[in-house]
Amino acid sequence: MVLKLVALIKNVPDTEAKIKINADGSAIESQGIKFVINPYDEYAVEQALLIKEALKDDTTVTVISLGPDRVVESLRTALAMGADEAIHVNDPAFEGGDSQANARVLAETLKTVGPDLVFCGKQGIDFDAAQTPAAVAEYLGFSQALIAVEFELGEDKQTATVTRRVEGGDEILDITLPAVVSCEKGLNEPRYASLPGIMKAKKKEIKTVTLADVGLAAEQVGAAGAKSDVTGFQPLPERTAVKIIAGAADDQVKELVKLLRQEAKVV
Amino acid sequence: MIQQTARSFADNEIAPVADQFSREGKFPADIVRRLGELGFMGMLIPEEYGGTGFGNFCLVLALEEINRACASTGVTMSVHNSLCTGPIIHWASDELKQKYLPKMATGELLGAYALSEPDAGSDPASLSCGAVKDGNEYVLNGSKNFITTGQEADVFIAMVRTDPEVKKTRGISAFILEPGMKGFEVTKKEDKLGIRASSTVQLVFEDLRVPASQMLAEEGMGFKIAMHTLDGGRIGIATQGVGIAQACLDESIKYAEEREAFGKQIGHFQMIQWKLADMAMRIEAARHLVYNASRLKDEGKPHSKEASIAKLFSSEICNECARQAVQIHGGAGYTVDFKVERFFRDARITEIYEGTSEIQRIVISRQLLKNLH
Repeated sequence: MVLKLVALIKNVPDTEAKIKINADGSAIESQGIKFVINPYDEYAVEQALLIKEALKDDTTVTVISLGPDRVVESLRTALAMGADEAIHVNDPAFEGGDSQANARVLAETLKTVGPDLVFCGKQGIDFDAAQTPAAVAEYLGFSQALIAVEFELGEDKQTATVTRRVEGGDEILDITLPAVVSCEKGLNEPRYASLPGIMKAKKKEIKTVTLADVGLAAEQVGAAGAKSDVTGFQPLPERTAVKIIAGAADDQVKELVKLLRQEAKVV
Repeated sequence: MIQQTARSFADNEIAPVADQFSREGKFPADIVRRLGELGFMGMLIPEEYGGTGFGNFCLVLALEEINRACASTGVTMSVHNSLCTGPIIHWASDELKQKYLPKMATGELLGAYALSEPDAGSDPASLSCGAVKDGNEYVLNGSKNFITTGQEADVFIAMVRTDPEVKKTRGISAFILEPGMKGFEVTKKEDKLGIRASSTVQLVFEDLRVPASQMLAEEGMGFKIAMHTLDGGRIGIATQGVGIAQACLDESIKYAEEREAFGKQIGHFQMIQWKLADMAMRIEAARHLVYNASRLKDEGKPHSKEASIAKLFSSEICNECARQAVQIHGGAGYTVDFKVERFFRDARITEIYEGTSEIQRIVISRQLLKNLH
């Protein structure tokens, strides 16, 4: 039984990039910053590749990303890592979508692929919403296991055991396929795109999927279909200087209380 | 993408251990093996022989990133690709190509280049290492010195004198040697100022018997092969200069933004700003000279002058950038606690090997003065 594996990836600003907000506070300036594959999504691609390599059969890995043209570079990198094919979900109608609207589009795209396992990063490091994996699973009616630090495919290839890292410990889930699994740091060690891989990627296909292909109405996607509304962006408040209170413990406490009352006015 | 993989690998895998390898004078064997696995050792090798055939420009992009993290790893990769796989690709018989290239592409076999001798550095035409024909073999006697990667390499391109009777440059031939051959010995490892993780050794050939089939091209072609090969190698060292200089600039910017004096970050002071601006200017210029030379080479156009110009300029600015980087760091830059100390030592060799700056000036002027008699 051959499996169809999918990795959902997002193209996000590099963690080192200096983020600026545009003049009217409505969006971040995306010109001039470097975009990369969402680091958590690298674990997703790697996990799909590891399963494919372990099975040693015709199991395929498809990598999918929703976004504008700049997303293609991330898809190519995933192809260079070893994914077999890529789907670029792109349409002006999808712009401005929130996690829910985007998950809808991704779910419809996934229906055309028919996957057994969908891996994705636990969250995007840009908006940190962490909703897409669960939303996609819900729209598809798939099992879901989120924040995976360990994954083991069942011998029957129809089940899997996933260890979730939750606060206070690890939760172990037995799930049935098809499933959506979101990936946490430590699940695996993502490989570098090798030069032979880059060479092979040149010949691999990147299919484009538009609004028409997903069979949704314009009101269901993008800004129109969003269930949340971003009203503005603000820079983080400037960190003020730190005041160090010196002296013996008793004196420090007295001074601290005085400052909390008189300066910070919180007590 | 090639540049991105090289950059990520350099930042994540090489940079954290580079200072340690330099201090210990230890060859970064695991790093080199992984570079091989990622395909960085087969960038010039055609696909039909197991390489990626990405060419010189792509090699330059990757080499700059590797050199930024560690010049020792950088020179190892440069010598392997340009000075060893290079001549095999251009001059070797199909049999020799099949024998060596696929394994060199994955880094399973590591390459080196043996031209210099104790009495022949800038003047390689005077090399005296001899090879006498005996039936199907040649018997080699002599020594080579300052051979990069000499301790770890599996494949050596060696230039030896096969005919002492003819004009000096016409009597030299090139052979592929393997360290397992009887009579091949690594005798001395140099204790160097810089690029300390790269091994630099002396080789001695004592009645070393080599099959005639190991010769590249024909008898007498050795000097031409050596010079043609050095053009590619020079682009590699020019790239090294850019990489080291860029690393110097990156560290200096970081330091200028952190270090405070007179109540503010030293990056506010014009003298520091001047130094950083000059460094950036020099690096940008050197980078484009390197890009130009590598593109000409990829297009099969003449590139000796451009390669020499790139090497000369890049090595000189690299040393100036390293000097200024130490200066910007002040006393701290003079200690092993900061990377610029290593960059300063590593930079120095770029003006010397693969043709000293003096030799580069001769090569360039020869291309200019065509009508001297």
